[in-house]
Amino acid sequence: MFLELYRVHLFITKFFKEAFTPPFEGKEILKQCYQVGYKSLALISLTGFITGIVFAKQSRPSLAEFGATSWLPSLVGIALFRTLAPLLTALISAGKVGSSIGAELGSMKVTEQIEAMEVSATNPFSYLVVTRVLATTITLPILTFYTAFVGLLGAFLNVTLSESASFSAFVQSFLESITFLDVIASTVKAIIFGFTIGMVGCYQGFNSSKGTEGVGKAANSAVVIGMFLVFMEEVIATQITFMFRT
Amino acid sequence: MEAKSKTTTTETVISIRNVEKSFGDYQVLKGADLDLYKGENLVVLGRSGTGKSVLIKIISGLLTQDAGTVSVLGKEVSQLNAKELLELRLRIGFSFQSSALYDSMTIRQNLEFPLIRNKKNLTKGEINKAVETVLDAVGLMQTINQMPSELSGGQKKRIGIARTLILQPEIMLYDEPTAGLDPITCLEINRLINEVQERYKTSSIVITHDLTCAKEVGNRIAMLLDGQFQRAGTFDEVFDTDDQRVTPFFEYNFIQ
Ligand SMILES: Nc1ncnc2c1ncn2[C@@H]1O[C@H](COP(=O)(O)OP(=O)(O)O)[C@@H](O)[C@H]1O
Ligand SMILES: [Mg+2]
Repeated sequence: MFLELYRVHLFITKFFKEAFTPPFEGKEILKQCYQVGYKSLALISLTGFITGIVFAKQSRPSLAEFGATSWLPSLVGIALFRTLAPLLTALISAGKVGSSIGAELGSMKVTEQIEAMEVSATNPFSYLVVTRVLATTITLPILTFYTAFVGLLGAFLNVTLSESASFSAFVQSFLESITFLDVIASTVKAIIFGFTIGMVGCYQGFNSSKGTEGVGKAANSAVVIGMFLVFMEEVIATQITFMFRT
Repeated sequence: MEAKSKTTTTETVISIRNVEKSFGDYQVLKGADLDLYKGENLVVLGRSGTGKSVLIKIISGLLTQDAGTVSVLGKEVSQLNAKELLELRLRIGFSFQSSALYDSMTIRQNLEFPLIRNKKNLTKGEINKAVETVLDAVGLMQTINQMPSELSGGQKKRIGIARTLILQPEIMLYDEPTAGLDPITCLEINRLINEVQERYKTSSIVITHDLTCAKEVGNRIAMLLDGQFQRAGTFDEVFDTDDQRVTPFFEYNFIQ
């Protein structure tokens, strides 16, 4: 257990060392960013949209009781933006992207492709790990904003079904309820989630045991550990932002 | 079939002295000594799990020995810094047991990869030419745009060899090049190894437990037994023995 923690520590240290030493793999990072976005986009759109609809629908009756349905955009907006969007995006990416990184690097490890890269004088750590971790770290904040936007669309759709409302007014009222702190907090959170997902996937893949079994295990642990860490980080992040708010 | 004879040079390109390597409590190499002479094919025979792969991984710096010295092209591998190791690796070709083709890349991209990564000043035309040359050398020009998953085991092996040839290495390390292949494909690979020896003037270590392969490609044979090289010489010299650890190899391969 402590040995494992030490190895994780070494892995992360190595990441920061390699990330700041040339050669930088710009092209490969872009390719990986595209992969991350492409893999999660469909599921994120669907989940974000449905969450928006359902959340608006569920909260409407309670708000109506107090005659406060006009608060709906800010309520939905805050919930989406502060927690739901970062969390949903991270969980979906942990499932889709984390597992595929774990499986990909795991099978590369098992079939000696990583060693092949090393002996043909390419540093596999910077080429495979650094690029993927940077890609998830960069892409997750973007996806998070996208999820929030799609969720808002869903909520708006729910609202227009029962009353006529203008989308710009809806967005306006959402924007008014969002503070600068919210933007910073959600972005930082998404960056941390992205880093975590990429790191866990790569660590599991890079250290996968020999045999095809190892590949499955790497992919599986990438998801399980990734999701677990994301939840833990969410709890901690919420505590910290609350400290700032008061 | 006549076994090949020894080469005449005694200039060493790899010199292994008293190398030990353990994993946990299990000692795999127990003071191994081995020389590879310039221009020869040296076959390393030994049962599964005797540390043959470990040995060539130590030679290419993928693993580090616990004790002893490994000198490759005049350099002590374990003493090299990252940059020197990189330079040395460009002079060594490593053909992996599992071929190790990058399965997300086409054959062309697989072959280009070492060049693009290491020789930044090459033009597109020069790269294409190099790719075609090695593909032609292994006789698989038609596969250039295919994915590794579309190739047979023997074809993958050849592409793996081609990918190492593209950097024109002085030393080739083949890890079980014929394992898992049908007899005819084995003969083709053996022929390819000999062609590489002649055309690229390489000095090679060929790991195998296939005696046909050993006889056909090996100028010398060395047997890894109990973590040491206990028998070395031409094919006939090595197998002219009653040693119970050696004879089963011969019997299994030729008296079926
Ligand atoms: N990276 C490693 N970690 C732990 N044990 C290893 C490692 N590489 C090889 N071994 C062990 O060393 C022994 C020799 O392995 P190897 O050199 O692959 O055998 P072979 O002669 O069949 O190529 C095996 O028992 C293997 O389990
Ligand atoms: Mg082996």
